[in-house]
Amino acid sequence: MDITRPIHIDYAQAVPATYYIDPDACLFLKHETCQICVPVCQSKAIDFSQKAEEKIYNVGAVIVSPGFGKISEEVLKQYGYGQHPDVVTSIEFERMTNASGPFQGELKCFNDGRHPKNLAFIQCVGSRDIGCDNGYCSGVCCMYAIKEAIVAKEHDPECEITIFYMDIRTQGKDFDQAKIKAENMGIKFVRAKVADVMNWGKQIKLTYSTMDGTHSFEPFDMVVLAVGLESPKDAKTIADIAGFELNQYDFCRTEEFDPLQTSKEGVFVVGAFQGPKDIPESVTQSSAAASLVSSLMKSKRGEGVILKEYPTEIPVGDDDEVRIGVFVCHCGINISSVVDVASVAKEAGKLGNVVYATESLYSCSQDAQEVLKERIKEHRLNRIVMTACSPRTHEPLFQETLKDAGLNRSLFEMVNIRDHCSWVHAQEPEAATAKSIDLVRMGVAKSRHNKPLLEQTVPVTKTALVLGGGLAGMTTALSIADQGYPVHLIERGATLGGNLANIKTTLRGESPAKLLKTLTAQIKKQKLVSVYLNSELETVSGFVGNFTSVIASGKTKKKKEVTIDHGVIVLATGGKEHRTKKFKLGTVKKVITQLELEAKLAGTGKNRAPDSVVMIQCAGSRGADLGYCSKVCCNQAVKNALKIKEINPESQVIVLYRDIRTYGFAEDQYKEAREKGVIFVPYKFAKKPKVLSGKTDVVEYFDPILQEQVTINPKLIVLSVGIVPEGTETLSKLLKAPVTADEFFLEAHVKLRPVELAVEGVYVCGLAHGPKPIDETIVQAQAAAAKASMPLVKGSAKVAPTVSVIDKETCIGCGICVSMCPYNAIKMLKIDKKRKAETVPASCKGCGICASRCPTFAIDMGGFTQDQVMAQIKAFGNIEEVV
Amino acid sequence: MSEANPKILGFLCNWCCYAAADAAGVSRYQYPPNIRTIRVMCTGRIDPAFILRGFSEGAAGIFAGG
Repeated sequence: MDITRPIHIDYAQAVPATYYIDPDACLFLKHETCQICVPVCQSKAIDFSQKAEEKIYNVGAVIVSPGFGKISEEVLKQYGYGQHPDVVTSIEFERMTNASGPFQGELKCFNDGRHPKNLAFIQCVGSRDIGCDNGYCSGVCCMYAIKEAIVAKEHDPECEITIFYMDIRTQGKDFDQAKIKAENMGIKFVRAKVADVMNWGKQIKLTYSTMDGTHSFEPFDMVVLAVGLESPKDAKTIADIAGFELNQYDFCRTEEFDPLQTSKEGVFVVGAFQGPKDIPESVTQSSAAASLVSSLMKSKRGEGVILKEYPTEIPVGDDDEVRIGVFVCHCGINISSVVDVASVAKEAGKLGNVVYATESLYSCSQDAQEVLKERIKEHRLNRIVMTACSPRTHEPLFQETLKDAGLNRSLFEMVNIRDHCSWVHAQEPEAATAKSIDLVRMGVAKSRHNKPLLEQTVPVTKTALVLGGGLAGMTTALSIADQGYPVHLIERGATLGGNLANIKTTLRGESPAKLLKTLTAQIKKQKLVSVYLNSELETVSGFVGNFTSVIASGKTKKKKEVTIDHGVIVLATGGKEHRTKKFKLGTVKKVITQLELEAKLAGTGKNRAPDSVVMIQCAGSRGADLGYCSKVCCNQAVKNALKIKEINPESQVIVLYRDIRTYGFAEDQYKEAREKGVIFVPYKFAKKPKVLSGKTDVVEYFDPILQEQVTINPKLIVLSVGIVPEGTETLSKLLKAPVTADEFFLEAHVKLRPVELAVEGVYVCGLAHGPKPIDETIVQAQAAAAKASMPLVKGSAKVAPTVSVIDKETCIGCGICVSMCPYNAIKMLKIDKKRKAETVPASCKGCGICASRCPTFAIDMGGFTQDQVMAQIKAFGNIEEVV
Repeated sequence: MSEANPKILGFLCNWCCYAAADAAGVSRYQYPPNIRTIRVMCTGRIDPAFILRGFSEGAAGIFAGG
């Protein structure tokens, strides 16, 4: 889309961010001329004499993660790509809306540079299309198209956007919310397959027909093709080299119950090559693969690890001269376009104890860390005031540099003149500069009182607690035990297995009963797993590495309590079928749920697959009782419909749905069901089907092809009711772990930390995190095991030094602090028959409530002492106290 | 202290209000440049003495964000 030079970095965030030579564009590599770059490069980094080398490594396991490939131009051509400059792929469109893209984020037509006023997205380009041999659904395109549409709408609220789709497949956790947001912003969703894309002067004309039979022609300024995920170009080569099998679409073939294991032992697959998937799923799979590999290789754990070493800490005592260095960052132009950085640095240089003040372009860059280290040495700095961005994001980076330079990390102070100044006072440069100078003065005042603080390390109890003995809990317990650590597996019910016991078969025809049998046998055999049945968590206290929990077992009368010490907790408490009150479930006998149908079909009853069945999807979900999509119900409906057809091919099965969400390779079974005569009829949320009771119980629905209400009297009415979490409310209070609006546990970061909770040492997997099918549950449970094993492997946890310190001399033992502390982090001791308070540093979160309530000022906070805060307040009033 | 340009002293909790102020920056929300802030790990850290001292140093108002 833009001109790139033969030597370039692909994009600003590329890893590694190193320039490379494009062999197709380099004059030397193509024609053996030029070589201008060689003498020009000051660091002599270009050497054309280098040859490719082959090296042999002995490894214990291989993880294959080549990602996905591009949909071929042949397919794109059918949609006018290449024939009109403003037919672009979604990948190109993503770059166009990006600030580092070809138009600096401005949305422009390639044709004449005008802003597009109406925009169309065409879904399923290269997916769900047997014409190009891609029968599968890529699973991610609906969601990213919605995101791109929202971004385009944010760029230009006047821009009219239409998304042409077959089914909107936003089955991921909270993804439906994005679709609702898009609709509220005025983005139009039209269920239609676009038949033709035609050049129409500057515009592009789309021909499409909707379900009611109307044909429409509509011109657009720009058309975005939502391209699917193709198997990687060199899939066959990789498979041949590694010796594993591919599936019919050239993705890696894996088994449903062992989703990351390729057909070759010791070779694992993660990411889109295992099947199309989004970022959270890919990140989860990577952690899961790490778990599998690390248990395979646990005998070699720790070998070849190089521990980072720091220089001996330079002692900084109370009597030492305070030598402050102030670094004022430009942050590119983020700060310097508003704040006069030079004058902030100049003013800082005039402050007492400041022996060095300077500016830097990007303080956080790698080379700036080297400069910082040199300056510390050169000017014998023993306090650093970094005047830049937020300590919440960047303090750890600079503190690491301080440690590298031999300074205690608590001698670092950060002043935020970007997030809190230049960005929020963009129109008032003078006032922003004045504010920056005040903030630096306050920061310097505080830093004069900064003292080296001891970083405590506490040992970790190398044991895990897993709550929930369903598929997720059993898998995670076994994985942790495979790493070599004891696990306490707590199950509320009388047997292990949870929902797995209710599922009779999977869409791919596997037997969950067999899986359950295998897992149960493995748990019995695994001596490291202790199972507690009929048990629940009563209380939990402590922190990462050192939790203590009380587990209550048995009925109320014979209740037994055990106390367990453990280092980590995995929440795998699962979910259950949502028993909706709608559609006469529970009152009319022939209205049953998919799970009940599944049990019936697995039995031997004579009439188990009657002649006519109506299935109602999203019964109580997606905006009714539940706000969300339960992800598994469409597959379940297709599976049961196929089973009915297998038992009774004459049966008429009608599935009333909103969007069929058979994402990934399940699309094949959806196709099979249609081929076998299962009738799929879409309905709109506003025109839901009804179950009516008169002489008989009938289903009434609106048929979009006939354009009228239809009444049918089936033998069975089957509801796809969705999944609700179990017991997350109580647990979230016990653990102080947040849940979503739908009461599923909320992960620490949806994309980057998908199985960790915000509370350190607590992890989540399975239905407690959100509805998901068996294979995704297994992967997530393995991922949670990998994350939970990390503190256990390390064996120790670091405690932040910003904790309370109690001066025993001044303490009068009143105990106010003990009663005020929200974390039970202060205990009372008897010293020489006098009551004294003492902090438990590992439990202390540094809130400081104790310090501000202590009647004798005996308590102070590390990093936020009385002296430090008072100095800041005085500096606010422009009083300078040089020490 | 000038009435037209009052100086406000703010104490921001690291976990909520300080994070919110960061988020305001990221979203480029514009607000008056009168506040000078001190980060604390919790508003529970705010000693009554801090507030009194703030006023005596010329603060027109004290903002506790937590």
